[in-house]
Amino acid sequence: MSGDAALLRVRDLAVSFPPRGGHPAVRAVQDVSFELAAGQTLGLVGESGSGKTTTGRAILQLQPTTGGSVELLGRDLTAMRRGEVRAMRRHMQFVLQNPHSSLNPRMTVNRILTEPLAVHRPIPRAEFADRVAALLEMVGLDPSVRHRYPHEFSGGQRQRIVIARALAVNPAFVVCDEPVSALDVRTQAQIVELLRSLQDRLGLSYLFIAHDLAIVRRVAHRVAVMYGGRIVELGAAAQVYGSPAHPYTRALLDAVPVPDVASQRRKLRQDVPAPLFPPDRDPRQPCTFGEVHASTGTSHWHQVGCGHHVSCRFWPTE
Amino acid sequence: MTEPLLDVTGLTAEFVHRGETIPALNGIGFTVAAGEAVGFVGESGCGKSVMARAIMRLAPEGSSVRLGGAVRFQGTDLMALSEARMRDIRGSRIAMVFQDPMTSLNPVMTIGAQMADMIRRHTGFSARQARARVLELLDDVGIRDPQRRIDDHPHQFSGGMRQRVLIAIAVSCEPDLLIADEPTTALDVTVQAQILRLLMRLRERHGMALMLISHDFGVIAGMVERVNVMLGGEIVETGAVEQIFAAPAHAYTRALLDAVPRLDAEGRQA
Repeated sequence: MSGDAALLRVRDLAVSFPPRGGHPAVRAVQDVSFELAAGQTLGLVGESGSGKTTTGRAILQLQPTTGGSVELLGRDLTAMRRGEVRAMRRHMQFVLQNPHSSLNPRMTVNRILTEPLAVHRPIPRAEFADRVAALLEMVGLDPSVRHRYPHEFSGGQRQRIVIARALAVNPAFVVCDEPVSALDVRTQAQIVELLRSLQDRLGLSYLFIAHDLAIVRRVAHRVAVMYGGRIVELGAAAQVYGSPAHPYTRALLDAVPVPDVASQRRKLRQDVPAPLFPPDRDPRQPCTFGEVHASTGTSHWHQVGCGHHVSCRFWPTE
Repeated sequence: MTEPLLDVTGLTAEFVHRGETIPALNGIGFTVAAGEAVGFVGESGCGKSVMARAIMRLAPEGSSVRLGGAVRFQGTDLMALSEARMRDIRGSRIAMVFQDPMTSLNPVMTIGAQMADMIRRHTGFSARQARARVLELLDDVGIRDPQRRIDDHPHQFSGGMRQRVLIAIAVSCEPDLLIADEPTTALDVTVQAQILRLLMRLRERHGMALMLISHDFGVIAGMVERVNVMLGGEIVETGAVEQIFAAPAHAYTRALLDAVPRLDAEGRQA
């Protein structure tokens, strides 16, 4: 991946939640860095509480960051005033998990899709109606549905409307946070196909956040695995899935149930104890790759392949 | 041939809503042998959860349901039983685990108190005996340090731990049949794998039959011997699990299997 082609550059992103009600401050996201090229998808996988949703929200500046920078189209969002960030929102949009709660039930499809146009004014008002029709066609819905309300649609159709709304202002970058996890498998496959074809057509970049590794396999060019608020492995999808380097990535991949009777039976027979991934080791001791980070001062990232990096944090001690 | 543990014939369910009846189950029939594990797969709205509750004669919350057909369990027609006798069977002979481990637990009672209540309702145990049994069960389902956790409240447990507690409650009276309705759907994959292993181990140890309801063919694959595929309140295909996966006969089953995302699928090039 060439650095110049990066549409989005995230460096050392950190988010902390302040102490509350006797609970200490929580470092939800730490040291998160990656780049996303135009027209590409980065899959962000991890389990609940790993910090993947917070990362997506922090990139979109929907969540205050406590460190690091987020550069979109060459401009640092974390250094901007609120008005400037708002103006940048037409370049960055999001698609969330729940198509029931993310659409206002009192608005017609027409109003839902017109609203972002009215806010950002990417086109003159006289063209709004044509734009709404074009958006609906783009996501595979008949333009005649524009006068209907969200409850009149199935879950998959509602998610199409959510996608159309995100694309209304012609963004370059879309954060998709669990966009298909509330849907049935056949609908999931259709929405994933839609997202892929829209990407090819419009040159969109996606940050695709999901806990389902098999879904991410379908959409992602590159994959980042998050654990404990940090990225522990980052590489091309084929590298991360084909030769996972971090033990946590391996544990995640092993745990995915596969639709194959013999291998799934074999997997369930193996009694693997729940692996523990301890936090940092003593930096004065050699790390799992034999480096003493306290004396070298080098990063915890180790290259295991071309563009494939793994962190030496959270390795189980043998 | 010996009689099956559970023999369901012509099971129907209709929701009655504002004078209208909406059919949910259109005459379902299947059997579960003693100790057998049977999977039920289908998409949302296919009636699989209604079916599970119908067998237990439990109506979904806030609805009025009319049931029909016969559910013979160990030779007794459950549909003809009094509510009092049905209560004896529920929880002791047939137990159930649901998807959402938070809403199925009482948030203001400790885990230990809820479990002890349940055990004492179905056995003649004293409070002390019940507590000892609770500790044993918590240990059995893999809760570390049960002595320390027994007096915790549900919110002090993670989702996976809560599901373990519910499974412990479900198997506490050593039921002959466990109905698990999407038991791992809300959980992370690593936790899901542990819960599936736990269900398999408990099933083998107690010789308990299992009805595993899921939308996920991957979850079903390693766990059951037979599969029923459901669509629109009916079973559209039934067969041995190997046969369903290798040679699905119904177009709907094939469509469902084809849609399952696979880890080994051809991905995209970076």
